[in-house]
Amino acid sequence: MNNTNDPIIRLIEVSKRYGKFEALKEIDLDVRKGERIVVCGPSGSGKSTLIRCINRMEEHTSGQIIINGHELTDKTKDIDAVRSEIGMVFQSFNLFPHMTILKNLTIAQRLVRKTPKAEARDTAMHYLGRVKIPEQANKYPIQLSGGQQQRVAIARALCMKPQIMLFDEPTSALDPEMISEVLDVMVDLASDGMTMLCVTHEMGFARSVADRVIFMDHGQLIEQAEPETFFNHPQHERTALFLRQILRH
Amino acid sequence: MSVGIIMDAILRMLHGIGITFGLLGLSLAIGSIIAVLLLLMRISGRWWLSWPAQLYFYIFRGTPILVQIFIIYYGLPQFDWIRDSMFWSVLRDPFGCAIVALSLNVGAYVSEIFRGGVLSVDKGLLEAGAALGISTPQRFIYITAPLAIRISLPAYGNEIISLLKSTALASTITLADMTGIARTIVAETFAPYQIFISLALIYVTFTWIIQRTIRWTEGYLGRFTIR
Ligand SMILES: Nc1ncnc2c1ncn2[C@@H]1O[C@H](COP(=O)(O)OP(=O)(O)O)[C@@H](O)[C@H]1O
Ligand SMILES: [Mg+2]
Repeated sequence: MNNTNDPIIRLIEVSKRYGKFEALKEIDLDVRKGERIVVCGPSGSGKSTLIRCINRMEEHTSGQIIINGHELTDKTKDIDAVRSEIGMVFQSFNLFPHMTILKNLTIAQRLVRKTPKAEARDTAMHYLGRVKIPEQANKYPIQLSGGQQQRVAIARALCMKPQIMLFDEPTSALDPEMISEVLDVMVDLASDGMTMLCVTHEMGFARSVADRVIFMDHGQLIEQAEPETFFNHPQHERTALFLRQILRH
Repeated sequence: MSVGIIMDAILRMLHGIGITFGLLGLSLAIGSIIAVLLLLMRISGRWWLSWPAQLYFYIFRGTPILVQIFIIYYGLPQFDWIRDSMFWSVLRDPFGCAIVALSLNVGAYVSEIFRGGVLSVDKGLLEAGAALGISTPQRFIYITAPLAIRISLPAYGNEIISLLKSTALASTITLADMTGIARTIVAETFAPYQIFISLALIYVTFTWIIQRTIRWTEGYLGRFTIR
């Protein structure tokens, strides 16, 4: 079932409705293993909805979503197992405030993977090292800066050794001086061959890291291309307009 | 009326501490368990569980505790099947009746308090837990519950204090708690004013101690989660 050439994520005519409102309209998308994709588009265009359907935080209304050869449906028995293979990083960090940084990184390993305590701890310290804040292990989230908290959130997702990482505007809630420390971690991750789907408006990141940039508007996937083509020769007027708006600043 | 009589009275009333705090501790423990069960029923998302829990809350909130105590103590023994049931050993005893009435009340109020706490937990944290693959019951145990408890603590403390005062109602069904003893002393000495003022001071003191303890616990649990 799992041919190496098969896409790790495959969306076929995926639609999502909230009542009468269509947040996603027949999205087709294939993501190969190790591919790095940046999703952009105006606010309300359905970027978060798209990402959240992939780990079934939202249930799509029609179409097919196939992750690693397994289709996500109502009948998907172990949705928790699927989710544990897909890391997700949120705009608002969402660290567990009542747990130390170390506990934030070990809790899912312990509960979901049943990893022994010492091993979970070693894994946690390894990834804290990778996001360059091993010295914060015994602090609580509130004692860290926003940039540090987001790096912890990335490390927390990595501790599950996921095959896919989803990012939903990971730098949008950060003060400007903290954005680059988080982007650096993401660049590092990309160079490691992680399959990544990032919603972001950091166009510098998109240019240097993305294999493909996707533009969404009104729930539709309007255009996708490699960064060079995407930024210099957008095919659609809506894409060009959007790029003019965000690159003006 | 001398200071000596008041001191004697206070010492005698303090003999009721065991019963007063027995009522408080037991009904708080049993009531809190009932509260958790009611809470789980209410947030289960199944109407046949959440409606009965809601009805329970309306009944107990809508009636005076004193009336509930009377129903349980004077009313229930009229039914033969209750006197024949395993509950009779509890319900024949005024202490047991008081515990039952107080626990049922605590259950109703505390479940509402916990529910408020549960609803105020940031949904983003639960999403983060879900995205890590943590199952729904485990998210409740490891994320929702600890945070909801912290949030509920001040209201829970107030409930403990009002429960302390409600235990005085048990004296109406012959229990010799602090209030029950005070009433006996008043009948002997005909000095209601001094005796009841002394009793009031004792309650105020205990309330103060409970309040301090709750405050301290709050500060301790919240030391890294103040937002
Ligand atoms: N739970 C929801 N209920 C109703 N409408 C929603 C819900 N979540 C998102 N939407 C709507 O779907 C559209 C797409 O939202 P979203 O995917 O969050 O956009 P983006 O992330 O691109 O800003 C928006 O118009 C939003 O109002
Ligand atoms: Mg969004």
